[in-house]
Parts: sequence; C-alpha cells; structure tokens
Amino acid sequence: MNKPFPPVALNGVCIDPDRVQGLSGTDQPGRILRQRGQHEVFCGLTSIIWLHRKMQDAFFLIVGSRTCAHLMQSAAGVMIFSEPRFATAIMEERDLAGLADMHDELDGVVERLLARRPDIRMLVLVGSCPSEVIKLDLARAAERLDARHQPARRVIAYSGSGIETTFTQGEDNFLAALLADAAKRAPGRTDSPARLVVAGCLADVVEDQFARLFTALGIDGVTFLPGRSATDRLTVGPGTRYVLAQPYLGATAAALEKAGASRIDALFPLGGEGTRAWLAAIADAFKVDPARFEAVIAKPLQRAGEATAHYRHWLSGKRVFFFPDSQLEPSLARYLQRELGAAIVEVGSPYLHREHVAGELALLSPDVLVSEGQDVERQIDRCRAASPDLIVCGLGLANPFEAEGRVTKWSIEFAFTPIQGFEQAGDLAELFARPLMRAALLDDAANRERLS
Amino acid sequence: MKLAMWTYEGPPHVGAMRIAASMRGLHYVLHAPQGDTYADLLFTMIERRPSRPPVTYTTFQARDLSSSTADIFRDACREAVERFRPEALIVGASCTGELLQDDPGGLARTLDLGLPVIPLDLPSYQRKEHWGAAETFYQIVRAFAANRQRPETIDPLSCNILGPTALGFRVRDDVTEIRRLLESEGIDVRVIAPLGASPADLARLPDAAFNIVLSPEIANPAAQWLKRTYGMPIVSTVPIGIGATRDFLAEVRAAAGLPPRPLGAQAGRDRLTWYARSVDSTYLTRKRVFIFGEASHAVAAARIATEELGFTVCGLGTYMREFAREIRDAAARYGVEPLITDDHLEVEDAIIAARPELVLGTQMERHVAKRLRLPCAVISAPAHVQDFPARYAPQMGYEGANVIFDSWVHPLMMGLEEHLLQMFRSDFEFNDHAAASHLHPHAPAAPASAAAQPVRDESADGATAIDVGTGWTADAERELKKVPFFVRGKARRNTEAFAASRGIRSITVETLYDAKAHFAR
Ligand code: SF4
Ligand code: SF4
Repeated sequence: MNKPFPPVALNGVCIDPDRVQGLSGTDQPGRILRQRGQHEVFCGLTSIIWLHRKMQDAFFLIVGSRTCAHLMQSAAGVMIFSEPRFATAIMEERDLAGLADMHDELDGVVERLLARRPDIRMLVLVGSCPSEVIKLDLARAAERLDARHQPARRVIAYSGSGIETTFTQGEDNFLAALLADAAKRAPGRTDSPARLVVAGCLADVVEDQFARLFTALGIDGVTFLPGRSATDRLTVGPGTRYVLAQPYLGATAAALEKAGASRIDALFPLGGEGTRAWLAAIADAFKVDPARFEAVIAKPLQRAGEATAHYRHWLSGKRVFFFPDSQLEPSLARYLQRELGAAIVEVGSPYLHREHVAGELALLSPDVLVSEGQDVERQIDRCRAASPDLIVCGLGLANPFEAEGRVTKWSIEFAFTPIQGFEQAGDLAELFARPLMRAALLDDAANRERLS
Repeated sequence: MKLAMWTYEGPPHVGAMRIAASMRGLHYVLHAPQGDTYADLLFTMIERRPSRPPVTYTTFQARDLSSSTADIFRDACREAVERFRPEALIVGASCTGELLQDDPGGLARTLDLGLPVIPLDLPSYQRKEHWGAAETFYQIVRAFAANRQRPETIDPLSCNILGPTALGFRVRDDVTEIRRLLESEGIDVRVIAPLGASPADLARLPDAAFNIVLSPEIANPAAQWLKRTYGMPIVSTVPIGIGATRDFLAEVRAAAGLPPRPLGAQAGRDRLTWYARSVDSTYLTRKRVFIFGEASHAVAAARIATEELGFTVCGLGTYMREFAREIRDAAARYGVEPLITDDHLEVEDAIIAARPELVLGTQMERHVAKRLRLPCAVISAPAHVQDFPARYAPQMGYEGANVIFDSWVHPLMMGLEEHLLQMFRSDFEFNDHAAASHLHPHAPAAPASAAAQPVRDESADGATAIDVGTGWTADAERELKKVPFFVRGKARRNTEAFAASRGIRSITVETLYDAKAHFAR
C-alpha cells in the first residue's frame, strides 16, 4: 500500500555532510559517522521485558501514557498474558490538568497494585517520556513510598523513556538505580564488599556457567548484577573490581566507580575469542596462575570453536550490515568478522561508549563504517546501495527488507537469547546463519518447482 | 491515573496510523519521542505488511527539548514530502508530542509544502485508538470531499464502502466478500476507503449513490458528514451472520431503489444454516456463551449465537464506551447485563461470574479463557498475529458465516466426546482434564491427582463457592464432580442459589438433585 521508495543513486557509502554532526577522522577503525534523524529504535521501557523475568520478586510500574502501555504489550507479544510483573499507571486528562494531585494518584495506584501482588519485594517506578516532560519527580515519589513500605518492600525509580534511553539503556538505568539504592542503605551494612561484580543481565544458564568457571579459577566473592532476587546482597566498596558483561552500561559503570569499584577492561564475552579475552582479563586482575587459567578454559574454548565452525561456511565471506539497536553491535560484528569470516559493511549502534567498546572497535577491520545514532532513511539508502548478504535490523524494517528480496536477522533476539559465554558461541552463530539457511532452503524449493 | 496491565486499544495516534497505512499516497508526520516507532511493527509483524507504514516520526530526544523541537518537526515534514512525494500529508502529535505544544498543524502550514496538509488534533490523554482512526478518517474525507459538485445523474446502483482499515479484524477478506456480494446484486462499488484508497479517490466519494458502513467504529463520523453534506444515505447493518447479511442486502437494495427480494431467495448461499440444522449440532442447543469485543462484532456475534446457532448469551460487552448504547440495547434483548469496560480484570470477573461454556472475545479473552480452561474463539480486534491468517477467512457475508461456524464450534468438545465423558468419568486419558484434542492449552493439563483436584476445580467452575452461609457435604461435593466440567460451575451456582432460597444450610446429594429438577433446562 505504501509507495516504494524512490531509487537513490549512490556511489558506495553516502555521507551527507548536513546530517553528520561529527566525523572523526582519527578514530579507528575507519571513521565514525554520527547521525541525527529519525531513529527507528525501541525506548528503554522494553528492557523491562527481560528484567522482570530476571528479578522474580520485583514489579515494574511504568508511569506513563497509553502509548507506553501499548508499546509494552506489543513488544512483549505473547508473554503479556502470563500475568507479567509489570504494568502502567496511565496518566489521564485530569492528572495533566492539575485536577488531581499526581502523587496522590500514584500512591493510590501503588496501593491497589500491592494489594493485588503482596508477594512483591521491590517496586520499581519507571519514568517515561510523558512523565519526564511534565517533570513528575519519580525519585521523590519512590523515596516517599519507600519510607511508607519499609521494611516489607523497597521502592526505587529510574527512567526508561525514549527521550533519555534507547532499548538496552533502560537496563543500564535500572542497574544504576539498584546501586544507588544499595549505597543509600550501606551505612547499616556490616558485610564485606564483593570482590568482583559482573554487571549486566545474563540468562540464568549463562550466569551459572560463568559462576562455575570463576570457582574453577579460584575467584570467590562474585556478585552478579542484577541478582535474581530484589533482596540479594549488593555491597560495593573500595577494592571491589567490576567487569561489564554487556556493552550498554555507562551509567552503571559510573555508579560502580562512585562506590569505589574499579573496572576490569575487557572485550565482551561473545564468541570463543570474546569470552576467552573477558575471562582472561578477570583472571589477570585476580592474579590467577596462567597455567591454571589455560587448563580451566581449554575444553570449553575448544567446544566454542567446534560449535561455531558448523556455521562458518554459511557466513564466511558474507557481507553484513548492522542497524543500530542494542549497543551489542560492535561486539557482534567483531565476532562475525573474526570467528565466522564475515565482512562487515556498517556497524550501527545507538550509542558508543568509546572507552567500553574501544577493544571491540580496534579489532574491526579498518574499512568498516561505524555509525552512531541514526537517520533511518539515509541508513536504508546506504544499506540498499551496499546490498549486503545479511541485514541485522529491528522488526519494523525486517519484513519490508525481506520483501525486497534481502535476507535479514531481527536484532532484538540478541537481547532475549542466551548468547554470551563459550557454550552459547554456536547458538550465536546459528542465529546469524539461520536466515541464510532458510533463504537457501526456500529458494531451492522454488527452483525445484520451476524445473519440474 | 489508571492502573493498566493490558489495554484493549492503543493511543489515538495509532488509530491515525491505521488510516495512513490503509491508504495510498497519504503520508503521516508524527511528532513523537524516540521509541514510538514501535508502532511500525504492528503493521510489519502482526499484519505482516511487506512495506513500512508511511509514517515519519520526529523521534526527538531529551537533549532536543532545550532547543527547538519545532525545527525538528519542520525538517521532518520537508524531508518526508521530498522523499515520499505523497499526494497529501497528515500531521499530528503522539502523547508526548502533545505535551510540547509545538502545534504541528500550524508549523506545517507555514512551510509551503505544495500539497494539502491535514492537521490532526487527537487528545491522547482522553481518547483512544478507534476514536483516533474515526476522527482522522473524518478529517481527511472532509478535506478531500468538501465543496464537490455531485454529478447531475448518479447511478442509483452505485455505492462506496467505508470503514475497512489496516489492523482491522479480518478486514482484508471481508472487503472481498462484501464486494462480491454487492456485485452479485448488480451494485457497482465505487470507492472503498480508507483501505486501498488515495486522497483522489476520497474526492470521488460524493459521486456514488449511497455509502455502506462496514465498520461504524471507524467510518460513522465520515458517513454522517457525507449524509449531511450530500444527502448520501447510509447502509448501516454490519453483515456478519446470515440474518445480518440478509438484512444488509435488503437495506442495500432499498438504498439502490431495487425491489425487495422474496424471502428465501437467498437460501442455499451458505453452509452455516444447514450445518446448524444437522443433528450433529443438536448438542449446541443453549450452550452458554460470553461475548466481548468491538461493539459491532459483539452485537453481531450475539445475534448469530442466539438466532443461528441456538446458543444462550450469558454475557455481552464492549471496551468501546462510544458504543455503549448499542451494547445496552442488545444486552436488553438477550436479558443480560451489558458490560462496558476497558478494564480486562473486570471482564475476567464477569466471565467467571457468568460461567460460560464458550467465550467469544478478543486476544485478551483468549488468554482468560485459557487460564479458566474454557473453550474460546476470537471474534474481534485486538488480535494477534495468528488472527491475520494466510487463508481466506472473512467474517462477513455468507462465506464469513461458514468461517464463523467452524471457528466457534471447533473449540467445543464434540458431542460424542461429551456424552462419553458423562457416562464414564474416570477414563485415564479421556477425562475432563483433557481439553478438546484440537486445542492447545498453555500448560499441559494437570494430572488427575487428588491434590490437583481443588485447584483445577476452581478454574473449571470459574470461581470458588459463593459464601451464602451454606456448606457442601463431602458426598454432595463428590457428586458435583460427576457433573461435566463445563456445566459444573452452573450446577454449583444453581444449587447454592436453590439452597439459599430454601434456607438449606447443608447441601446434600438430595439438594443437588432437587436443584437440578428445579432449574431443568
Ligand atoms: S516511554 Fe516514550 S518512547 Fe517509550 S512508549 Fe512511552 S512515550 Fe513512547
Ligand atoms: S514477533 Fe510475531 S509473535 Fe512475536 S510479538 Fe511480534 S508479532 Fe507477535
């Protein structure tokens, strides 16, 4: 029904100087293109979809509009029906007109909610665009409610709004809020701080694998952030080392540093190489005997290599284009390029935390275009002009690209699937290979049809 | 503030998107924060469209708020026009955009874009998706069909079809079905809108003799305006079901100035009528059915259920307050309390209280029914990806009635299955924990252990015993379990009501059978 796009003539990569805010010639690799235009991305609210599953006794209450509620049920798809631990307090006309006191209204909603869900140990108020634009002070609301509901439950707040956060950045703000809350409660605490904090939501199975590896390496006092329960111990102090398991944790890293922790710089644990480097950086920081390290990781590293190899011929030499989505893109591209032999055309990321992804970018070949932010129409033009073999993009773009005869991998699956660590390396490769396999299967069938 | 776990309708700008996405040559510039592009996937995923909806979002961020979001909006308008070259532009704001008060309409008008610009004013904190769709359609019809000269002579056998929209429930096939039906009557369908229409097509609306409104939720305001402005009559019967389809055709013929057809001339054009008559369907008699959804689909379903399938309506409601009156009238006809609410928890409570044997509802009721282990069929939006099927599956017209027969009867247990279940209650694989074999319950049925019994019983009954100061003896409780599970809730409720009315404090096996005799169907 929609008119097709007018064809745009392009010579290779199109960089429109009007739209480029900063083009740093010195950044490695290649250049970093910064763009500002229409962003075809999720807002931070969507991270609630995995966070509420991870932390089983927390409830996420979005303070927002009908749009926010609609987003959540559209993005959560089928899951919304299994009594999820999230809901929306929808602001109405009378709230905005000042006829109702927003804080009283919110208190009322919270009372109703907690009466329905007495099992909740932590209530998380999540800010949205409308609540932020009208400057509703959710931090203050959280403090007030927290005081009222202590000690049965805690109440914290963070922003998941689209104006402040893109997709996974919602998790970043949540973790930062958890740390701020822990710091606030610290004076009464007598337990000793964690030696290592692993920051970033990981699938339970991945977390368990890493925990076993840490034990085998002789590293104890490890805390995973977020924990599985709102009441999990979270003590950070000087002497705590932390490592990021996810690349989108700028605010969390800052909060950890504020509490006195210091960062272990590493690649992100995607693929055999990434996981090895990540663990090696940690082992190094804890002065694990190198021989012991090699002994512990030898088998799993070999398994990761074997599993990945099954898919190499599907991706080797294939040209891949990444649209921005989760900030995982540079690490995923590095894995595809180095372990599967793919050629990366462009790596889009909604945001680049330079320090945290420096290692990843350094490993990408110099002709890769790294783009930060988005102007979706122009990026589509670039993508079409480059005509890659595989496009990694969101669900709003995937089917339209497929309908043009291109092969896509929808990107939010990387946020919902266990992909980190040695044992998941093959699964990660398969996520990329599957659409290519499928296209080949269906094309074969169509060809057979035509010949017979 | 209102607590919502689930919403039946999106915000009004999603309604406007549905209009834009339905049409050709119309582009929508939406002042919205980064993130609101999620709405694209309603179209690309749920409806599986092969193209992006024609919507440009400004996607402003926090850092833009301090400078000029109005500039961002202007740029977005210019670029959208340049890139997509639409015939016309609609402009508006999402809920957050509305708070900025940038006035999209005013801004767009100052731009000299060289094409018609229609500003939309959709109050997001007051109204919802269907209202937004109806208002948008009304505004664009006004914009393009105003000040037209109606032709001197208008073919009386010509009409427009108004209402079909993207993301509507089975709309794609309804249009095909109704169009065929009209053509078989010799009626010429001029413009179908908004689905598939261009702004230029809308300008031709006054050229037809009358308008058919297939979806009053979306097309009523526009059709009313066309009636006021050009005197175009409206055919308003929604042709879902055999009776409704006949009434619809009669109304169409009257509007077209054709003589009424003799009764019975339509016989044999559908299979529902015969299928419902065939003895295999006898067991459907007076099955209790709970109906909830879009107003026109719910009203149509109630009529089919009672007049065409021989069910009993035990609950009827809609989430559309704008159509409360229609639902109230229909509910009065079937002697049930109308349910007008957009709170799914209230709907769930009403389902539990009504103890239906079949639920006809939206995607949300599908879920509730699954949890209560009740058979269910989806009859209305909001629906999920599985209700946008590949096969031809209209709801309207004669083939629509065939589709309805299959999809409503399908989830029910087959007659023989039902009898055997009553005769032999302890078959290890064929018991009342096993739902109809063609159903896919969420979780595997609980094992028929004594421990699982009370839990499951509660859900099958739909509720725990009502506390009216009476109690069940163990014997009576055991006897009650021998009642098939889909009517057990009703038996429990009737017995308790009976006991309460007689002042019986302890319900025995006798009381159970006394009540059964008293209430005999
Ligand atoms: S938080 Fe903002 S971007 Fe996200 S759904 Fe709500 S209004 Fe839209
Ligand atoms: S991916 Fe498909 S099934 Fe899943 S939520 Fe989206 S539309 Fe529904």
